[in-house]
Amino acid sequence: MIPAATAYARATDLDHALELLAEPDAKAIAGGQSLIPVMKLRIARPSLVVDISRLGLRGVAERDGELHIGPLTTWSDLIDAEPLGRPALAAIAECARGIGDVQVRNLGTVGGSVAHADPASDMPAVLLALGARLELRSPAGAREAALADVLLGPFTTALGLQELVTDIVIPLPETGSGSAYASVEHPASGFALAGAAALSTPAGETVALTGVGSTPFVLPEGDLREAIAAAEIFGDRFASDVYRRELAAVVAERALATARERAKEDA
Amino acid sequence: MPDALAFVVNGEPRSLEVEGRTLLVHALREGLGLTGAHIGCDTSQCGACTVLLDGRAVKSCTVLAHQADGREITTIEGLARNGEMHPLQRAFVEHHGLQCGFCTPGVILTAADLLSRDASPSDEAIRHALRGNLCRCTGYQGIVESIRAAGALS
Repeated sequence: MIPAATAYARATDLDHALELLAEPDAKAIAGGQSLIPVMKLRIARPSLVVDISRLGLRGVAERDGELHIGPLTTWSDLIDAEPLGRPALAAIAECARGIGDVQVRNLGTVGGSVAHADPASDMPAVLLALGARLELRSPAGAREAALADVLLGPFTTALGLQELVTDIVIPLPETGSGSAYASVEHPASGFALAGAAALSTPAGETVALTGVGSTPFVLPEGDLREAIAAAEIFGDRFASDVYRRELAAVVAERALATARERAKEDA
Repeated sequence: MPDALAFVVNGEPRSLEVEGRTLLVHALREGLGLTGAHIGCDTSQCGACTVLLDGRAVKSCTVLAHQADGREITTIEGLARNGEMHPLQRAFVEHHGLQCGFCTPGVILTAADLLSRDASPSDEAIRHALRGNLCRCTGYQGIVESIRAAGALS
């Protein structure tokens, strides 16, 4: 199908992008792998698409004990990224390899996924387990926010209309840490019916779930089964709440077991 | 209001006026007459429209034509050189990699991306790479064998 009529503008730098986003019903486009499908179905009818895909902001680097992932980094970039070879960060490439298909991974971006906030998106769960924060820019200036505080609900974030993600920052886990991602996918759509990311460090363990609630979320500390039993988990025509809760426990245990194994290799 | 775009398609500079909403697949098919990129679905799932954008496989139905401005595009029409079929095209003929052929241009360009990263992929890697390309004729065995054979040739 053909999208509804829209204007197109390519941002030359970040300030230009923020200025263009002042237009009512403007939408930022990076890889377009979530936005264009909904434009084709005319679920989204932006008046203007602001192309931010050539702003740089791409690549993975370690700096001062933190990992920086540029929001325009594609899934394919993440699979090949050198700094992600550590067992402590293995969940990132593992998760990226399973997203969509190669065509989607060549264009889709990590920042786009975070800003789109699909309740079944994979990578936000990994970023949550790793304790990621976002650097944000709007005409009012720069701010930072924990990812957990930005994801509010299905396709809903705390980002302002004229606000863009400029960096995704993860504190580097201490030596002896491991991470993993596991999911069970809907066979047609490929989206997670239940997905879990786990980080195991000498100081403790964190598990985040996706596909089971209104947004990816971190489970409270303590017994995994009890935490999942107490979590708010929905059901739909593809998987009842009872089945989804069971799947969540299965993928969480798988992810955590792999993360613990990997932690032994992390030196 | 149409805007003029310029890109390199199959090695040749081309220019075209398109609207903001125009998808790359429509620009290729209707604007440039390159009908090898097929439209098989409305939902970005089938991969029949796959082309190479700067050497990487993308679904041309899920890229705005404007996003390809200034970049290099390869369609199935651009693979043969001087009347000689590309090794992937030859392998698909020799190993029965197609039946009706509708999905084939997209499958071959996805395979070209895969083989550019890994000349001798495992069958598992080939099948993983084909996840975004649907064949509704007869299954994927012949396709996997064709790609494996093409990898061995290159």
